Amino acid sequence: MRYQFQFEAVFAEADRILNGVLLTIGLSFGAIVLGLALAVLLVAAKSLFGRWVGMLVDAYVELMRNTPFLVQLFMMFFGLPLIGIRMSGTEAALLAMTLNLGAYATEIIRAGVDSIHRSQIEAGLSLAMTKRQVFQYVVLMPALARVWPALSSQFVLMLLASSICSFISVPELSGTAAIIEQNTFRSFETYIVVTLIYLALALSLKVSLLWLGRRIFPRLSSLDRLDAKAEAA
Amino acid sequence: MPAVLIEDVHKSYGSLEVLKGVSLAVEPGQVVALIGRSGSGKSTLLRCINGLEAFQSGRIEVAGHAVDQDQKRLRELRKDVGIVFQSYNLFPHLTVGQNIMLSPRITKNVPQAEALALAKDVLAQVGLSDKFDSYPDNLSGGQQQRVAIARSLAMKPKVMLFDEVTSALDPELTGEVLLVMEKLARDGMTMLLVTHEMNFARTVANTTVFMHQGKIWESGSSAQLFAEPQTPELRNFVGAGRH
Ligand SMILES: Nc1ncnc2c1ncn2[C@@H]1O[C@H](COP(=O)(O)OP(=O)(O)O)[C@@H](O)[C@H]1O
Ligand SMILES: [Mg+2]
Repeated sequence: MRYQFQFEAVFAEADRILNGVLLTIGLSFGAIVLGLALAVLLVAAKSLFGRWVGMLVDAYVELMRNTPFLVQLFMMFFGLPLIGIRMSGTEAALLAMTLNLGAYATEIIRAGVDSIHRSQIEAGLSLAMTKRQVFQYVVLMPALARVWPALSSQFVLMLLASSICSFISVPELSGTAAIIEQNTFRSFETYIVVTLIYLALALSLKVSLLWLGRRIFPRLSSLDRLDAKAEAA
Repeated sequence: MPAVLIEDVHKSYGSLEVLKGVSLAVEPGQVVALIGRSGSGKSTLLRCINGLEAFQSGRIEVAGHAVDQDQKRLRELRKDVGIVFQSYNLFPHLTVGQNIMLSPRITKNVPQAEALALAKDVLAQVGLSDKFDSYPDNLSGGQQQRVAIARSLAMKPKVMLFDEVTSALDPELTGEVLLVMEKLARDGMTMLLVTHEMNFARTVANTTVFMHQGKIWESGSSAQLFAEPQTPELRNFVGAGRH
């Protein structure tokens, strides 16, 4: 028995697919921007404030990194309404993705901050900067530059994990696929198309982030050389 | 009143006593060289003066500021006391100009135009006017160190501390940095410098201080101290440097 591929029915749903793609891009972009901002703030808080703040940040990071994304999503969507916080599925998805990515990004950026040589911090302090100014002007950019590749991978993983949001009926790409599959009974064709779109999205994101990294951190490759020199001195 | 006054300072790392009662006074406009073997406590003493290290007992006053660990007071002190390190410590993501303007802009709220003029001025002082837009990693070690000096000067310090600023440099690059420091000394900057350049200490420093095992072992006018070392340790140290 040979399977007869029939893509026409799937292509007929192109408009729907396009909307799904746009929502996937929108959710991912939103989560990346918000998650990154959240992570920077949390790492700053951890570096600048006392032990208790640090422990709170750690607790959040561990909570998010050691529970399934699907469960986090359900907590936002089904749990929060019970305490009076009502959100649409898309809003819940964005919140869950932001909090999840924020935790992973916090861990990555913290490693970047830790990798900045103590002498850089002392140089900033010696120039009469406050600790906050040292973090903001001296430590942050080189730290982000150092971990940009790791952050980029995490962003791509988040893009792919956004497919889980279809579980709460968010009509992003995977959610849309489920609908098309029901309408057309063409599961294989639907998911072949969806697979190719995810692949294209993920690769595009990866390339964009690489390009962005080169634009924002033009000295990226020089950092390690400078560190080696500081170490040798 | 001395620009730097150090009275019976004791400093330990855990159970290791690194400074064992150091006293020293540096008058305004004076250049004092700190010499001594590696591990004798020279860097630690400099770092105590600008509060990078806390000390257990004794007293330090510099440029009219008493050193303690109150962060706000320390920042006021550091506006008046520059330090240059062996490893330059320029900020790699900023251009030379940005490196120099950053702290005046954010710690003293110097307006942009004024900071720009200031940066150009101090860069000219160290002979690097053409490097304003370069990044640190495109400069030689000697140039980086001169930028680091310029960056400190942009804070208009009353006292400058130098910790072996030529030790990481290739021999052919030390000259340009020493020249900048010599000019600063001639212009009347109060300087306390740790150095292995005995020639520089002898010719530029008014006073040379020999540290040994966490103490000031011997000190005096540079000419005298090098010509007639009194202790066997200093004789040994100076002699070893000659060979
Ligand atoms: N952060 C530190 N922790 C522990 N010991 C230190 C630290 N910094 C310096 N020391 C020790 O203090 C002593 C003096 O060091 P240092 O002031 O750097 O000497 P110098 O600059 O004269 O070479 C050395 O024995 C060194 O190992
Ligand atoms: Mg030293």
